[in-house]
Amino acid sequence: MEKSGSIDSLGSKQSSSRQASVDSLSSTSTSRSDRSTHAAKTPYAMSSDNVSTSTEFSPELRGRPKAAAKVLRDSNKEEPQLLPKESVQDMAKDVTYICPYIGALRGTLTVTNYRLFFRCMDREPAFVLDLPLGVVSRVEKIGGASSRGEVSYGLVCKDIRNLRFAHKQMEDSLRKSIFEILMKFAFPVSNGLPIFAFEYGQVYPENGWKVYDAQAEYKRQGIPNESWRITKVNDHYEVCDTYPSNLVVPVNIPDEELKRVAAFRAKGRIPVLSWIHPESQATVTRCSQPMVGVNGKRSKDDEKYLQAIMDANAQSHKLFIFDARPSVNAAANKMKGGGYESEDAYQNAELVFLDIHNIHVMRESLRKLKEVVYPNIEESHWLSNLESTHWLEHIKLILAGALRIADKVESGKTSVVVHCSDGWDRTAQLTSLAMLMLDGHYRTIRGFQVLLEKEWLSFGHRFQLRIGHGDKNHTDADRSPVFLQFIDCVWQITRQFPAAFEFNEYFLVTILDHMYSCLFGTFMCNSEQQRVKEELPKKTVSLWAYINSQLEEFTNPLYVNYSNHVLFPVVSMRHLELWVGYYIRWNPRMRPQEPVHQRYKELLAKRAELQKRVEELQRDVTNRSASSTERAGSPTRSITPVQTFV
Amino acid sequence: MFDGRVLLKQVILLFWPLISTWVQGAEKIDSCQLQVLEMLSSLGSAGGKSAKPSFVSYVTPEEIKSEKEPSRKEKHPDLLPGEVVFCSASTVLKYTQDDLSQRGVFGVLLCTNFRVSFVSDEEPTEEMLFKNKLYGENDIPLSCVDNIYGDKRKLITGGLVKNKYPSKMIIHCKDLRVFQFSLSFSKEEDAKKIFQGIVHHCLEPKSLRCLFAFSYCENTSYPGSYTVENTSKKQTVMFDSVEDWTQDMKRTKGNCRVVSENSNFELSPKMLTAVAHNHLYSVKTEDLSDTLPTVQDILLSYNKFKQFFLIDNTTEFWMSDMKWFSSLDNCGWLDIIRQCLQKAVEVVESLEKENTNVLIMEEGGSDLCCVVSSLVQLMLDPYYRTLLGFQSLVQKEWVAGGHAFLDRSNHLHLKDKVESPVFLLFLECVWQLQQQHGPAFQFSETYLTVLSDSVHVPVFTTFLFNNDGHRDSLLRAESPHTQRSPLNCPTVWDWSVQFDCKAQDLFTNPLYTEKPKQDTSVRKSYRPRHLRQLSLPSSAFKTPPKKGFFKDEADNLKKILGVKRLSRWMLSPSSDSPQTSSSVREFYEAWQTKPLDYHGLLLPCLDGPSIRVWMQRYLRWIHDVQILGGGPVAMLSKVSEILGEVQELQRQLDRHGCTLTSNHKGARPRAKTAAAVIAARSSVRLSSSFPFVTSRNWAFKPAIPTSLLQSLMVTGMPGNLADREDDGGPESLV
Repeated sequence: MEKSGSIDSLGSKQSSSRQASVDSLSSTSTSRSDRSTHAAKTPYAMSSDNVSTSTEFSPELRGRPKAAAKVLRDSNKEEPQLLPKESVQDMAKDVTYICPYIGALRGTLTVTNYRLFFRCMDREPAFVLDLPLGVVSRVEKIGGASSRGEVSYGLVCKDIRNLRFAHKQMEDSLRKSIFEILMKFAFPVSNGLPIFAFEYGQVYPENGWKVYDAQAEYKRQGIPNESWRITKVNDHYEVCDTYPSNLVVPVNIPDEELKRVAAFRAKGRIPVLSWIHPESQATVTRCSQPMVGVNGKRSKDDEKYLQAIMDANAQSHKLFIFDARPSVNAAANKMKGGGYESEDAYQNAELVFLDIHNIHVMRESLRKLKEVVYPNIEESHWLSNLESTHWLEHIKLILAGALRIADKVESGKTSVVVHCSDGWDRTAQLTSLAMLMLDGHYRTIRGFQVLLEKEWLSFGHRFQLRIGHGDKNHTDADRSPVFLQFIDCVWQITRQFPAAFEFNEYFLVTILDHMYSCLFGTFMCNSEQQRVKEELPKKTVSLWAYINSQLEEFTNPLYVNYSNHVLFPVVSMRHLELWVGYYIRWNPRMRPQEPVHQRYKELLAKRAELQKRVEELQRDVTNRSASSTERAGSPTRSITPVQTFV
Repeated sequence: MFDGRVLLKQVILLFWPLISTWVQGAEKIDSCQLQVLEMLSSLGSAGGKSAKPSFVSYVTPEEIKSEKEPSRKEKHPDLLPGEVVFCSASTVLKYTQDDLSQRGVFGVLLCTNFRVSFVSDEEPTEEMLFKNKLYGENDIPLSCVDNIYGDKRKLITGGLVKNKYPSKMIIHCKDLRVFQFSLSFSKEEDAKKIFQGIVHHCLEPKSLRCLFAFSYCENTSYPGSYTVENTSKKQTVMFDSVEDWTQDMKRTKGNCRVVSENSNFELSPKMLTAVAHNHLYSVKTEDLSDTLPTVQDILLSYNKFKQFFLIDNTTEFWMSDMKWFSSLDNCGWLDIIRQCLQKAVEVVESLEKENTNVLIMEEGGSDLCCVVSSLVQLMLDPYYRTLLGFQSLVQKEWVAGGHAFLDRSNHLHLKDKVESPVFLLFLECVWQLQQQHGPAFQFSETYLTVLSDSVHVPVFTTFLFNNDGHRDSLLRAESPHTQRSPLNCPTVWDWSVQFDCKAQDLFTNPLYTEKPKQDTSVRKSYRPRHLRQLSLPSSAFKTPPKKGFFKDEADNLKKILGVKRLSRWMLSPSSDSPQTSSSVREFYEAWQTKPLDYHGLLLPCLDGPSIRVWMQRYLRWIHDVQILGGGPVAMLSKVSEILGEVQELQRQLDRHGCTLTSNHKGARPRAKTAAAVIAARSSVRLSSSFPFVTSRNWAFKPAIPTSLLQSLMVTGMPGNLADREDDGGPESLV
């Protein structure tokens, strides 16, 4: 009872913004007509794949303990191996899956409350398509019944693929098509059903919800100190309902003043500390735009507050304010009461615009990218086509922004304030990327989890709205691949510094897959407040529980811990490339036969084996030399411990 | 049926069972190689110059004032044997930054018969790990000069220089370095002389005997190690004798007869001394002229492509960054690479799948034929993916195969020769294969980059001639001891001429998978197959009267054999991009589903994102794109470190094995490998330009793009998305 109640509230939160998207509906229809002009190239707008081998990447297979996955592979059944609390909702034989790489495949389709499972037994090895319903963005019936009496359905997925199925027209017109069942369970929020994460009851050795402890993380950074304190003013989310309960603010600003600053910042998102440089004490602080408005309103409290942030860093008499937006957009926000800090009002502050575009531009860019890469890459003018999506250009701007922030903090020893409009999209991208460059801790597996929990989840990146978990309203203008873009930026940095990260590419892909899968509670809801209210830690499993239960899968074998080393990636297009392993992973031709890290793993295994043998020998020799005293330079002396450069 | 005029350029017979045994043999050779190289290097340095470095450092520009007093004494680089200084000028300013600031280092600019050299007044600071013994980082071999620009970036051409000289001279090199010199602080007379000297020696036509190789070799007691009988067999197979060809036939179990009818180069000046005759049965022909770009197309495309990397202005660089992908697309270079690889895959498909022989031809028979036939062999035969194997392949297909290196690189600046980077194109293709299947190659990316640079160092016989006959006659004519042995010049494969052992360690790929020892039973299960590929020149020289001469022959041959054409797409090379035939695609996919064998057939993925820019070669000198503490070397150094540890452990085990059994001091520690070389330096201090540029000043600043502001043109967005607010809520849509 309690459970379904909580789901209802999830749904109701959705409805508030749902009517909003009349405008975006038209933009989606544009996209569809675009597709039809390309009909010659891609016979149908919808089509897809996931060849048997790609189960490697299919999240739900990985999302389950290894043993279960193995069972699935061994069993020759047409049904999937079910997760705890997963139940079959419908099953249909003689369904055709039209794979863009293999062609039409006939098999059995199963729909559960968590996944879609298609199995074709005619092939050797059997073809399996297994995807969580959470990745489905929309389901469409394509055309009427064809001449062969078949109806076809297209599934547009959030993970850069489309699937197309066809089956015979139902003779019994009263019986529901399996796709109607599928629609019901793919969009549970819209149908008053629980999201599967609330059902899933897998037990993992570690409670992933404990990975992030705000106080512990601030303590790691050396906070509280003489300049910064942790305030409890937002304990009940009263000052700002999209902020976490623990906030770090300058020592000399009392809570009462904080509330007055909150009144001047959009959505009450006051400037708070994200990161502090261990040596220079230069800080990265984040907030939302000031409510300047057309009349150029000022707030003495806000000005004093920023001065306090600057004063907290004795090394510099300057403060940089990075406004993530293009200056035009920042100025346009004045019409709606927002705006940016004028350098007149904020003495010693320098304002820099980073020209990163808004969520709508990013959504459009990803839509174009999908057209270019899925299902097949057009052979001619691949690079020009890629450029026309602007996707990598956006990535470059975000990375360049983060680089400028990191440079000011590291090289300039200057504190920075970062904001966009609300401070939960572009701001989260910038602060978390800058922190990744500045602080090696965030480049470890657990450190990265902390970074996400902190800068994205606790500071209110609106995952529920941006992804649209379980919501059928695929045209919602609130949806945008902001987090995907961030992970892409992280991937670009890992490409440039292949030994600086403890995690591997598969770790990043897994995070993205489970952001959509709705198997774990991690990316549910929009803010810490909502998560507390929904009792997510109690009712769902954290993604980190799963990941930390099999760390070796996600570990970069070549990781070198350079601890205090700052990474400055090169943000030239020359060094940026499309993340093939994510965006084009459904194309079997683009799949490497042997993952590169496999070889590194073998190498490490060999080292371990040799080390063991040497140790054994060493023990052996020590025993011998102990019994029979040989020459002074006994062999044990020559066995120096292997020097490690790490 | 055919008389001697049906000339087979080469015949390759691949016979799988034998290859595996041979490669095992090659491994044994590998282990001996180090010692041999060490021996060679000691010999080499005896005749070479002293170890004193001739490079200077980029000291921090702030320390240098352009008004600084000229240095007291004129300096000279350490001259090589046979090297003569033509002219020099002091107080030349070499810009150390590529922006427009007047910062730089003063020094002497010289022009010798080998190079343009800048000797800084500053003392050199750091010994470079990867030092070329022939030229330093401020030296440009004359053949390596690509273009010279004067004031206002005006292109200087030979012959037009009168009594004037520019105040600023920009030199673009063929290895993509860019030098900027200011002559305005030098004496007018000196400046004029050095400018005219450089232009004359770098840009104007000259005769072959003016190339440095001849005076260098006359003045070096070059040991000629490659002719020394004992060593030559353990080295690169040169394919300059009947024995070499016979050996190779044996290796591949070829069913061919080696003939030496052309031993005096009488049949065709381009022909080999040793030619193999094949028993022709099922044959397909492939005329590359129909489907691949011409040598002129290749040059045109490359000239556009290289401009992206010859950077003398930071602002310009960041401006060009905006349109990087479409510019890259438009120049077509990557597409040419793709086409060559694709063609090679098609040939492989015929050989592998259909068991037919393939006859590759083109007019001239020594450009794209060389590219395609060597790529085919690289894909099929793991031997050619070893370092020595690769060198033998180049020797066989390119040097003995009669690729006109002299004309194609146009060292002599003759107007009637068609310059074209065909060999570079081949190396580009190899690089692509190497990127996709790293562990299959024994040589490294650095090796390929260095090889591509060496083409422009006019010392090695490998790249100085148009064919074997050309080489033999010239070396004989130039020999000081006429009637006796020909002039002895090093080939590029004698790497000790350029690099010491330590630097040469970087030529090997630490991730190379050695061929696992197989038991013979497995090997026998292979089905014997006759895989043949042959190519023949369809005309001798490109002189008009002879044009088409051998083409007739080939057509005749085709008619007689009743062969099928291999080409399935009849698109002209000028058309945008030939679509991959579905058959090639299927062939690749079928291969892809099989378990990967690094010692078996290798095929490249040809889809858009898989063909990439050779970062190390093209970006190494551009300061703004150096990833400090990152790049492939970061990974390499970690791998090397682990490998080093593995070796050390193995050594310990070996030693224990000895102490435990015989009480005898164990085997000597093995020679240091590349592993140790890189691992010794912390990877944090290395950059993506490793080993070509060392990051001397670690206090670095990140390169902040300068033209971000006018970046995105998000116009024509549906619903003017850019102007909208992030919050999708109704109030913000007003």
